[in-house]
Amino acid sequence: MIPYLLRLVVKAAVTLFAIVTVTFVATRLSGNPIDTFLGEGLTEEGRQALISYFELDRSLWHQYLAYLRGVLSGEFGLSFVDRRPVTTVVAERLWPSGQLLLASVALTVAVSLPLGVLAAVYRRSWIGSAVMVVAFTGYAVPSFVLAIVMVLTFSYWLNWLPVVGNGTWAHFIMPTIAMSGVLVAALTRFTRNAMLDVLGQDFIRTARAKGLRETRVVLKHGLGNASITVISVIGLQIAGLAAAGSVVVESIFSWPGVGQMLVNAAILRDYPVLQFGVIAVAVAVVAINMLTDIAYALADPRIRLARA
Amino acid sequence: MLPNPPVLSVKDLRVAFGSVEAVHGLSFDIHRGETLALVGESGSGKSATALSILRLIEREGGRITGGSIRLGGDRPAEITALPPAALRAIRGDRIAMVFQEPMTSLNPVMTIGAQIGETLALHRGLRGRAARAAARAALERVKIPEPEQRLDQYPHELSGGLRQRVMIAMALICEPDVLIADEPTTALDVTTQAEILALIAGLQRDLGMAVLFITHDLGVVSEIADRVVVLKDGNLVEEGRKADLFAAPKSDYARELLAATPRLGDGSPAPLVGAAPVLEVRDVVTTYGGGGLFSRKAPVAAVRGVSLTLGRGETLGLVGESGCGKSSLARTVMRLVDPASGQIDLLGTRIETLGPEALKPHRAQIQMVFQDPYAALNPRMAIRDLVTEPAYLHGMVAPAGRDALARELLERVGLPADAAERFPHQFSGGQRQRICIARALSVKPQIIVADEAVSALDVSNARRVTDLMARIQREEGVSFLFISHDIAVVERVSHRIAVMYKGEIVEQGETAQVLHAPRHAYTRRLLAAVPRAEGLALPEAAATEAATIPA
Repeated sequence: MIPYLLRLVVKAAVTLFAIVTVTFVATRLSGNPIDTFLGEGLTEEGRQALISYFELDRSLWHQYLAYLRGVLSGEFGLSFVDRRPVTTVVAERLWPSGQLLLASVALTVAVSLPLGVLAAVYRRSWIGSAVMVVAFTGYAVPSFVLAIVMVLTFSYWLNWLPVVGNGTWAHFIMPTIAMSGVLVAALTRFTRNAMLDVLGQDFIRTARAKGLRETRVVLKHGLGNASITVISVIGLQIAGLAAAGSVVVESIFSWPGVGQMLVNAAILRDYPVLQFGVIAVAVAVVAINMLTDIAYALADPRIRLARA
Repeated sequence: MLPNPPVLSVKDLRVAFGSVEAVHGLSFDIHRGETLALVGESGSGKSATALSILRLIEREGGRITGGSIRLGGDRPAEITALPPAALRAIRGDRIAMVFQEPMTSLNPVMTIGAQIGETLALHRGLRGRAARAAARAALERVKIPEPEQRLDQYPHELSGGLRQRVMIAMALICEPDVLIADEPTTALDVTTQAEILALIAGLQRDLGMAVLFITHDLGVVSEIADRVVVLKDGNLVEEGRKADLFAAPKSDYARELLAATPRLGDGSPAPLVGAAPVLEVRDVVTTYGGGGLFSRKAPVAAVRGVSLTLGRGETLGLVGESGCGKSSLARTVMRLVDPASGQIDLLGTRIETLGPEALKPHRAQIQMVFQDPYAALNPRMAIRDLVTEPAYLHGMVAPAGRDALARELLERVGLPADAAERFPHQFSGGQRQRICIARALSVKPQIIVADEAVSALDVSNARRVTDLMARIQREEGVSFLFISHDIAVVERVSHRIAVMYKGEIVEQGETAQVLHAPRHAYTRRLLAAVPRAEGLALPEAAATEAATIPA
């Protein structure tokens, strides 16, 4: 297990380095930031002064190394909008986003695993078909449509749920469902397929020949093995959700998270916030992937016990 | 024959899959301490019968449509009428089962101890320390070394033979009245098979249980059975004591089956004199692994300095157990894997260093037939395209000529010409293997490498396929490198034999000479492990004690 963990850490470090580098290249490819962001009303002398202040006249190598030094010491600059360090700006957005993400993942797992297992066990009856109809419908509905329909129904007409902010638990209901929708559909279908695969294996017959109850055969022997493949998919889906889903849903519900911040920063051209926000999301994705790999190894002894 | 009532009595059993009946009114009894072998080829209904006894068949898409299955003893029960809870109480406790595939029959994410403990908790109420002690004792009973450590291991850490021992330990943990063993040794090497058969026989003596042994292999029957039931197409065709069956089979089918079963000592083709070599392999070494960026492992040598020669029109049998490197050697000879060192001389050309383009014309000279005829044919291609594809790729046939070539090839392997229109799923395993041979023949090769080409087939199909190979050899002078773990099949087809062990050829020579006067200890052990029907053994080999070889 230890060599496996070491490999994961090395992999994550390499990925992060690549992300930081790509971010640098992307910002430099998008033109001179002074011209892009401060173009109007600037004298030529002032412009030159800024360029030399930000060392934009030095070689790319020099700029890159200076940038790396900044990254390593946690210096990502100040927000153009409120003049605070971007690290502070992003940090206070992380926890609300994390809360929403955790709630969505918890909801997704709580709904999809039982549904997927049911759909597999009752694949020949109407129960299995009904589950799959619901799952495929979920696939077809984008999260923003789901969000708008929910807002109209539960806030505008019924006036049951608050729309904006994250003050109480009631605020969580609609954003969490909107974030989970597509994920529930995907994971239900995937759990069903993984279960069907496992339930056809020889060791399931062995378990039945022991005299075990069908519920134990399905849950302990079936789901115990299917969870290995399901975990890998959950990880990928969460990573995708952290990166993309939160931008849409947080904007709709004015959720004070990273996703909403990124949208605002793009509108206001708050370039340092945008840059660090992207890095923060990338780090989150890498971290989630690493946790997935660890969970995967914990679930599968063939990986956990393999010598590196 | 025994005064006591049967412990398991099957009467007029009928099993159906959907609307198709697979077992048509089968009856047999098993008594305490007795081993009944249920023999038949695939599709004979023997596994359906085995699964019906525990009513596991209902989970495999089948259903018992008639008859009775009566468990005797002090708590008799009619299994076909039991409610689910009472049925579960019998499963694993009074009737236990061992399956064919030890590699996949254990749960990969549970420790051995947990899997055995599950049965103990269920039927004996044992948990914790008491369960662990009982599980350990069960592993000791099946002679697993270091039982304490095994309890905490996972299935993937054990070899196939050890896994099958774990399966047996698990099945016997509650000392059942009846053990159903469904082809328990089919997936194992012949040496491991001999150990497992001896183990089951010994445990039966100790525990006095009845054993229902399902197999397609008459050699295994001769080793283990007291009585035999022969099944064909879901019907009982013969029942009797083992000795009677082997000495004087009453039914035509049993006679056919006996005739088709390869038996050691049946004789082999006479060695060829002065055959010109078509393939010469010298000091070939093949390694796997190593060399990767993150790999700290040293490369593993699968083939270690092998030399052999194959003459024109000759069949060289390559024998050895799984993992000995015989398939790696075949792939190296085919240049599907590059050798680390050594020479491969194909019809006078050194091919071991040729690049892809230079190699291509030589590839037509040497073709391969694989073990699994189900996996070796692309299910979406018509047979016409499948069998003519190599010839087409080598530019030996124009698109317009493919149909005529396919028909000719199919005829040569004994299939109807209209098979060309059809697809692989419409053929049986034996027919598919003929299609594979037709495909190999399409480029008029000098050599065919047959890697376990009949191992997945029933004995009668295997016999037909080896007869076909012999005919092709007679008529066209093709040479065969015939790879198999089954030494009896190898004997029947091979002019010469090479015995492979741990990547090396330990013995090589004319078939009769190797089998009757084996020089290497491993060859002797291999021969001693081969199950044999009475009076059919090689006297010399039978007399040789099973020599132990350092592992």
